[in-house]
Amino acid sequence: MARTLIQVPPTAKRGDVVEVRTLIAHTMETGYRAGSDGRTLPRDIIRRFSCRFNDELVFSAELHPAIAANPYIAFALRATASGKLTFSWEGDNGLSQTESATLTVT
Amino acid sequence: MTTPVPGRAFFTRRSLLLAGGALAFSVRPAHAMADELVAAMRAFTGGAATREGRVKLDIEPLVENGNAVPITVTVDSPMTGADHVKQIAVFNQKNPQHDVIVATLSPALAQARLATRIRLATTQQLVAVARLSDGSLWTHTVEVVVTLAACLE
Repeated sequence: MARTLIQVPPTAKRGDVVEVRTLIAHTMETGYRAGSDGRTLPRDIIRRFSCRFNDELVFSAELHPAIAANPYIAFALRATASGKLTFSWEGDNGLSQTESATLTVT
Repeated sequence: MTTPVPGRAFFTRRSLLLAGGALAFSVRPAHAMADELVAAMRAFTGGAATREGRVKLDIEPLVENGNAVPITVTVDSPMTGADHVKQIAVFNQKNPQHDVIVATLSPALAQARLATRIRLATTQQLVAVARLSDGSLWTHTVEVVVTLAACLE
């Protein structure tokens, strides 16, 4: 399991802009670099990130090797109702990780 | 075959020079999009016409470390059900692969904004493309200078 960092304010006023920032610890090996033995290291990247709010897909992204190591993705959600945010990362070598955060709208 | 053509004197040296200068400007404007970018964008746009504007690709013009370059793409959009940004894509000119990220947005977002960190192999152009809910495509092209390249060590 890779370490993740998710920053979502725990509470927000209705209609506010909720800044969602996510980061996952991952090398994002491009498949172009040579290893210590001189041979090219195989590609190992995160290919897809998605964020669901109460099971509704609100944001997703296809990542390519040009995304830096430890992919950081940030976007701005609108606070409409309280609920659960589910973040998932899928990638090479069967990587699949899901984390969640709760948002309370007052 | 050497009979003078009437009106031939129209092509004086001065008029030819002026025409040449005008041509040079029309072929290479300040921010001409590189051929690689146009080709990379085609898979995303499907060959549809794109326009400059509404999108802002925020990146430092002088990048010291190409391994992690913060970028922010912002699109001028109210993000309502009827008028929102469907997708934002970023392409590069000179990395081994031209794709960077393709994000799919929804009206649940407050602003059409995406921030991430990317790798840049060398000094090059980048383009951000936004696909709006009405199907129109908007672009913003920027040039960045990279001093320490990614993908080499």
